[in-house]
Amino acid sequence: MSHAATQAHAATPAIAHAEGQQHPIKLYLVIWGWLFVLSTCSYLVDYFGLHGYLRWFLILLFMILKAGLIVAVFMHMAWERLTLIYAILLPPVAVLVFVGIMVFEANYTLFTRLDFFGTGP
Amino acid sequence: MANPAPTTTVASLTRHDGWERFAADWSSDQRAFKTASWGKVMMWIFLLSDTFIFSCFLLSYMTVRMSTTVPWPNPSEVFALELGGKPVPLILIAIMTFILISSSGTMAMAVNYGYRRERRTTAALMLATAAFGASFVGMQAFEWTKLIREGVRPWGNPWGADQFGSSFFMITGFHGTHVTIGVIFLIIIARKVWRGDFDRERRGFFTSRKGRYENVEIMGLYWHFVDLVWVFIFALFYLW
Repeated sequence: MSHAATQAHAATPAIAHAEGQQHPIKLYLVIWGWLFVLSTCSYLVDYFGLHGYLRWFLILLFMILKAGLIVAVFMHMAWERLTLIYAILLPPVAVLVFVGIMVFEANYTLFTRLDFFGTGP
Repeated sequence: MANPAPTTTVASLTRHDGWERFAADWSSDQRAFKTASWGKVMMWIFLLSDTFIFSCFLLSYMTVRMSTTVPWPNPSEVFALELGGKPVPLILIAIMTFILISSSGTMAMAVNYGYRRERRTTAALMLATAAFGASFVGMQAFEWTKLIREGVRPWGNPWGADQFGSSFFMITGFHGTHVTIGVIFLIIIARKVWRGDFDRERRGFFTSRKGRYENVEIMGLYWHFVDLVWVFIFALFYLW
């Protein structure tokens, strides 16, 4: 049992190295096409001058979709083990906490500027 | 004769996925990343650290933009180009975005052909990637020249908040540096591929380690990351 487990573990990296990352070229062309479509969409958001929450929502949506496609397919993250995926993709979540902190900080700075230095130049 | 029991045991052991394997990997002896080579893992960890650097730039940009009492210059107008007598918003930035995405496409295909051991196709695709990257840097130089002539400085500009210039030069400058380093890195690896270093496992000049086609994939990780950062800059700086 434990012997079989060791063998299985030892065999996995060897197989992965022999194969490398082998995927059909068509996959990359399809993703390439989608990235073009998504970039065009985000450009059109600006071209048609959309404003307010709709603009921000669309910009962030297209940004996340593009980033996801690049990381998952082009950088082969979709085929890596969970161990590597979490080691790389979890730490950036801390950045979102930082964003939250800096939103408070920026609002406070703006408040002090408006309150103590008049309405600005 | 046939003894199916051990086979199923091995199969179930290799197949079990998710949290069980995650926990087994992290609690295992000596090596946590079972399928990724150390070179690939180190590139990923470097990219993670680079993610934090770019995050800090974008965060400071967000902070100064939110806290300024002066209106922020409208990027749609600042980065517009006159085409056929009328201004087209953000057109150069859009072209740069498409060029960088195309370079990512050719890079992904180069990695694929590398693992198929078609070295000439791989090298050609890598050189195409480098050419796209170089044209991207060229357009960025054009954009910088245009803005500097129009009076944009890190400490001020004719249209609004002073922080616009410093954020712009810092963020796009750092990204452009990454692209430039990537182009040099691409040319070095493409030369090795063309010469057949990875077929003959020729040892590297600095590292004295045997070259493998995985080097192309690791190079690709860096290049895709440069494209990935541009996705965020395009959305948060130019479109916001």
